[in-house]
Amino acid sequence: MSKQTALLEFILRHADNNLILGHRLSEWCSRGPFLEEDIATTNIALDNIGQARLLYTYAGEVEGKGRTEDDFAYWRTHEQFTNAIITELPNGDFGVTTARQLFFSAYAYVLNEALQKSTDATLAAYATKASKETQYHLRHCSEWVVRLGDGTEESKRRMQSAIDELWPYTNDLFAVTSNDTTLIQDGTIPDLKSLKAKWIEIVTEVITRATLIMPDLNAFQHEGSRIGKHTEHLSYLIGEMQSVTRAYPGAKW
Amino acid sequence: MSTDNQFPLWEVFVQAKSGTPHKHCGSVHAADKEMALQNARDLYTRRNEGNNIWVVLSSAITSSSPEDMGAFFEPSNDKPYRHPTFYELPEGVKFM
Repeated sequence: MSKQTALLEFILRHADNNLILGHRLSEWCSRGPFLEEDIATTNIALDNIGQARLLYTYAGEVEGKGRTEDDFAYWRTHEQFTNAIITELPNGDFGVTTARQLFFSAYAYVLNEALQKSTDATLAAYATKASKETQYHLRHCSEWVVRLGDGTEESKRRMQSAIDELWPYTNDLFAVTSNDTTLIQDGTIPDLKSLKAKWIEIVTEVITRATLIMPDLNAFQHEGSRIGKHTEHLSYLIGEMQSVTRAYPGAKW
Repeated sequence: MSTDNQFPLWEVFVQAKSGTPHKHCGSVHAADKEMALQNARDLYTRRNEGNNIWVVLSSAITSSSPEDMGAFFEPSNDKPYRHPTFYELPEGVKFM
């Protein structure tokens, strides 16, 4: 496996994470719990999509076959996406969206911190830019987890059930493939497994502050998104996201 | 959405750059201080408008009322000597 293939695989994984989560979050647009949070959520969605665009553009450069960000986003089938399963899951209630955001933002935070030290200058520059946005996402959703967890009886019940429901999808965020090994050895990417401890520390602090119960660290976990295993939810999301491009190829507005 | 099921209202003041005064730029709904700051950040500083934000509960602000206008502000209308430009400077004064 060449370094180029491994690097392309890694970049697409993280571009897909951001695109799919950004798309999910954008579904809240005009449906937010109140006006200000509607804007905050769509702001985060736009940040994610912006991060995905940077990564897809870089993926096109690395691949060297002239594919653009749009080709990656709109002209691949759902089994070609390698986003983590948690990013494609339906929004559920606001508690589920908030729990997903906590798990993902804490992950993106530890990843971007480490990726700033990458020996690949483009990835390091991407991570420096993205980590400022990610820091804010983490702060925003952490406050919500605490507010809802330490809120009313109903909000506490919903927040706890959201955390318990999404927990089995968190380990999949840290999945490593054999292709990653060379990239880890030459310092292009951090070893995702080594970031897990810091991630656990962050989410434990928030969940504890929210007076909620941490799920069992050894509970069953879904895996497989790195090799294109997904839930049925992804294909519907991709179908909707790509429908305009596929109906009117090359359309401009 | 009716107004009575919203979170409390906060007034937002944004400072454009360090050393300049904070300017009132609008208001947001929020349940607590941190949420008010974050909502203000998302609504009023997305286009590079500032480097610092103040939020204050709208209910904590005391305002003069429209009826006070006459008693509060009119008496100063006919007192131009309160402006520095009313006075002519003696020729010898170089720095003012």
